[in-house]
Formats: sequence, C-alpha cells, structure tokens
Amino acid sequence: MKNIFLFIRQYFTFLSFLLLQVLAIVMLGNASKTHQSFFASAANEVTGSFDTRYSNLRSYFGLQETNRLLAQENARLRNLLPANFLSPNTGKKYVIDSLIKDSLGHVRKFTFLPAKVVGNTYTLQANFLMLERGTAQGVTKGMAVTGPEGIVGVVVEASANYSRVMSLLHRNSKVSAMLKKDNSAGTIEWDGVDPSYLILKNVTKGAKVSKGDTVVTSNYSANFPPHLMIGTVAAIASESSSNFYTLKIKTTTNFYNIQYVYLIENTRYTEQVQLETNPSKIP
Amino acid sequence: MSSLLKNIIRFALFIIFQVFILNEVPPLHRFIVPYLYFLYILWLPFKLNRFALLVISFIFGLTLDYFTGTPGLHAAPCALIAYLRPFLLNLLIPQETTEQSYVEPGPKSMGWAPYGLYIGILTFVHHFYLVLIEWLQFGNFIYFIGKVLGTTAVSLLMIFIVELLFTRIGRYRSNTA
Repeated sequence: MKNIFLFIRQYFTFLSFLLLQVLAIVMLGNASKTHQSFFASAANEVTGSFDTRYSNLRSYFGLQETNRLLAQENARLRNLLPANFLSPNTGKKYVIDSLIKDSLGHVRKFTFLPAKVVGNTYTLQANFLMLERGTAQGVTKGMAVTGPEGIVGVVVEASANYSRVMSLLHRNSKVSAMLKKDNSAGTIEWDGVDPSYLILKNVTKGAKVSKGDTVVTSNYSANFPPHLMIGTVAAIASESSSNFYTLKIKTTTNFYNIQYVYLIENTRYTEQVQLETNPSKIP
Repeated sequence: MSSLLKNIIRFALFIIFQVFILNEVPPLHRFIVPYLYFLYILWLPFKLNRFALLVISFIFGLTLDYFTGTPGLHAAPCALIAYLRPFLLNLLIPQETTEQSYVEPGPKSMGWAPYGLYIGILTFVHHFYLVLIEWLQFGNFIYFIGKVLGTTAVSLLMIFIVELLFTRIGRYRSNTA
C-alpha cells in the first residue's frame, strides 16, 4: 500500500498529464458523437454573449452585402406572391393570412424563423455557427437552417437564448439532396478541403448529370423542406468500380459572410423521426 | 504589474485574438490555419510548478475549445506541450543563472538560439498532435504531413513577428519582489 502511494507521488505530474489527455479525448469523442458535452449549455451562453458583441461590431462592415442579399431575396419572393398570378376576378378584397390551415385545405408543415448569426467558423474540420435564438424563442434540436441563398446546416445544440448549428462544412454533416433535373437522390457531405465546395455522393449512374446542374434538398429529409437550393455541379467524378457518381458541388451559400439565416421548423418532425428510427416489425 | 495579473490579462487577450481575428482569416490555403494562442503557454513563468502549469494550460485550451465548439481538441495538445515544457527548458538553459534572474522564457532571458529551438520544437509538437487528432477523428490522412508543416511555418513566422513587436522587458527578479 505504501508503495502505491510512493509511486503515485513520484509520478504525480505524469499521471495528471495522462488524466488530462484522457479527459480531453473523451470529451472530444462525446462531443462529436452526441453534441452533449460537459457544461455545453452553460458554456454556450457565455461564448454566445461574447460572439454577439463581436458580431454587432462586425455586422457594420457587412451591411452593404447583407442588404444586397436581402433585397435580392425579397425580389425573388415577391415574384412568387400569389397576387402576381391572379387573373382579373370579381372579388373586392384579397386577404392573406398566416393560419395553420389555408383556404384550400393545405395544412402548414414548415415554419420559417429568422435568426442572426453571431458566430461562424469555416477554417476548421468541424465548423459550427452560433445563432442568437434559443429554446426560449422556439428553437429545438434537429431544426434545419437555411440562408438567403442556400442551405446552411442543422441545429445540434440549443440553450435558452443561443443555438449551435452544425454547418454543412462539418466532416460529420450529412444532408439528403437531389438533382433538380431528374430528382436523382444522393447525400451531401464535406471532404474538409475547400469551404466553397461540397461533395454529393451516391448519385446513380443512370442520372444524366452535366456541369452546372442545380442541386436541391430532397423529399426524403425529415428536417429540410424539399427544393431548397444547395448548389451547382462543378465537377463530375465517375469511378469505374462503383455504380455511383461522386459530384463536386459549388455551394450557393457563401459561408464566409453569413449574417442572417432562417430556422425551419417542421411541425411533424418528431413523428417522422420516431417512425424512421423505430425498427420495422416486418422483416 | 504583478506576474499573476499580467498572465490573466494575457489569457484573455490570446483567446480573443485567436477566436475573433485569426480564426476569421479566410483560409490562405487548405493546409493553413494561423495558430498563435499556444504562445501563452510558452510564455508562462519559470517558477510555476509543473502541476499548476498542466492545469492552467488545459483550462486555457478548453476555453478556446468552447468558442470553436470542439471541446478537447485544443486542450489535449496544450496539456502535452505544458508537460514537455519543463524538460525542454532544463535541457536548453543554464539552470542557476537564468531561472534565478529572469521571470519567464523569452529571447532576452534565454538568447535567440535556445529560445528559437524551444519555440520551434514545441510549436511543431503542438501542431503535430492537434492535426493528428483532427485527421484521426475524420479519417483522411493524405494532407496530414503537409498541414503540420504548413501551420508550423505560419505559426513560427507569427511568433517571430510578435517577439519583434512586443519586446518584453526581460525583467530581473530582485530579492524584494
């Protein structure tokens, strides 16, 4: 017994070094798997408040660009207004409401919530964004995030007033996507090389892909609404050994200067995910 | 200014500089992220005992990690260089004279050549370990060596510039202090 104590005392520094290393690796392992690390929520609030201050300062420099993007998006959305497609009718009053159920009997599935980006990285292998909107303002884990130009990522952690978004530029990020032309589905991933290019995997060779084709979110995703813009095909790699294309996608989102994004709430998200993850009874 | 207060201020400044300036630099190249924050650990006083050195470095790395959202990624290499630091200093400097008359490592207290070697080795070890964890976690090994060398070169350049910009006065320890 005495020897054990002597041993510990002699190698105290080395043992504490080993302990710290193990602790760090365990934290890292937990973090990339579950995103529920030690003190994550508390630390989120603290770093979030720092990020907000810095972002407030920085946003002045990006005002012009933000303005341009918002104006562009407004123009696009105005073009989609049903009022633009009305034929002359006899009605005297036109009312737009935002009820959960519209007059044609469609039930609302997706709701868009605006949020300000207060932190953003793109130089690492695991990149995250911080948004100034949390559970108190209706954010839940798993919500999709899109920018004015294209999709951005998925919420992985939310505290009361801030949420952390796993960017598309994260080595573990996976989003279901399809070619707009013929709806061939695949998976969007990132290879960690260039922040303006993503990889679209598992597109069948039956699809007739050519450079410049548009890639949008697919119908199969639980959190992303279909037909949101992702990017355009920049290069096509076809491996002779497999039946699938691996496509290089130029993102339409510019990850260097994101200022505002939209969180997308799917009202039937839990129901869908629950059914997807439950093992099927029928073999 | 007392050594403790100075180091607390440095802690905050290094973190803020790394998070809000260096991490925001658009990638010069896919290999290179400019890292400077670990210089804080290399500048800690000689007299700090080894356990305190380890714990301070670990907390320092962890603070940065919470800003980047990767708890443990920077903390592990920080603890490693904090562990290696005393051994390296023992090899590089004459014990009796330097440690008793100066407070912390620097070109003035150690001389440019030993200090350069000290910085060079620990920077390389730090980046090697950091990039190793990063790539091991994600499985792509092709860029490994290139990234280590690229980041090390950029960090060394920045440390050199910092040393030229902020000439820390190599304060003599007096008996009264």
